[in-house]
Amino acid sequence: MHEPVAQPTTEVLAAPTAPRGRAIVVTSGKGGVGKTTTTANIGHALARRGATVALVDADIGLRNLDLVLGLEQRVRYHVLDVLEEKISLDDALVRDKHSPTLCLLAAAQAREKDDVDETKMKALIDQLRERFDYVIIDSPAGIEQGFKNAVIGASEAIVVCTPEVSAVRDVDRVIGLLGNAFRPQLIVNRLRPALVKKGKMLSVEDVNAILRLPLLGVIGDEPEIIITTNRGMPIALQDEGATAAAYRAIAARIAGEDVAAPTVEVKDSFMDRLGSFFGGRR
Amino acid sequence: MLEFFKNLFAPSTSSSTAKERLRLVLMTDHISLAPEMIEQLKRDLVEVISRYVEVDLQKIDVSFEQQDHALAMLANIPIISVGRPTAEPPKPLETPSAAAPTAAMKSGGDVTPLPKRKRRRRASTAQASV
Repeated sequence: MHEPVAQPTTEVLAAPTAPRGRAIVVTSGKGGVGKTTTTANIGHALARRGATVALVDADIGLRNLDLVLGLEQRVRYHVLDVLEEKISLDDALVRDKHSPTLCLLAAAQAREKDDVDETKMKALIDQLRERFDYVIIDSPAGIEQGFKNAVIGASEAIVVCTPEVSAVRDVDRVIGLLGNAFRPQLIVNRLRPALVKKGKMLSVEDVNAILRLPLLGVIGDEPEIIITTNRGMPIALQDEGATAAAYRAIAARIAGEDVAAPTVEVKDSFMDRLGSFFGGRR
Repeated sequence: MLEFFKNLFAPSTSSSTAKERLRLVLMTDHISLAPEMIEQLKRDLVEVISRYVEVDLQKIDVSFEQQDHALAMLANIPIISVGRPTAEPPKPLETPSAAAPTAAMKSGGDVTPLPKRKRRRRASTAQASV
């Protein structure tokens, strides 16, 4: 179980980045919509573009980002160790196995979110922004202290919403709490185009008719995402496939590229037709 | 068989039900007013308008509607007759068919959408502008 823990090297970490990095919080209000998976995949997709990325797990007490990234064996210290100055930031950052410019700052597992000092958290994110192009913060579910801790250091927000009434309502609430300062952008996650076509699921347009946010991306409800998460190798690491491409498009949009509008429905339409022809469910 | 044609032509799908339910619940979320408060608002609204014109109490319809990022209150208040002897109307009302119970005074268009933060106050603003 206990493999030798790889010490994160500091060459990338110490590299001075000329522009100040961007701190983006990934949030949703509702739990289980795919915030952590989204964070991990966006992190990899941005790193693939050559950017330096720090992923911060702000879900104190329910640490999972390390697991999704497949880095659970490498985590020795966590964000609270850094906040409480028990350990240096360099020692707490875990470098990713697959993307050399990607680092993780894990959440504390055996602690509570109330243990986090908001001012210190903001200072930590600021510190990370000096060193990384992107600091992506994985927010816990809810709108209480954990959410506040995740948001405090961020300057932008990505909201993840599934096409479900409860998720839309919660995102609506979160948008209200965030205000315009965070310029929230929307990712519609777990879309099933076949169901949308049959009128059995809210479409991206339905969701965004309510939320009215800039659409950053649409991710289909693909079994492959579950499989890659099982293995701790986020799907964005793959060269092929529509979902990996969708995450790369999201990364490109974050980087400010004018990428064509997200098109999960068009891309999957043939498979959907095939699926419904055979009476299968996708 | 009938069910089949119903399903084929009926626009009512579960996603449209979801949309409608969301629309309603978010409206309530946004105005942060309990249903009984909305009823009270209606009563107050009618009371004020009744000082100037006689309204059809049975056909009053007050609703809230999402307009872009803001919420608007729409009040449809049929007028039975204009001109109360006791009070002078604040402005002439364009109701040529005042006698008809269907003649409606629509206040919705007058309500200017306010920024999101002021939602709580919108109800009273709309009331004042009627």
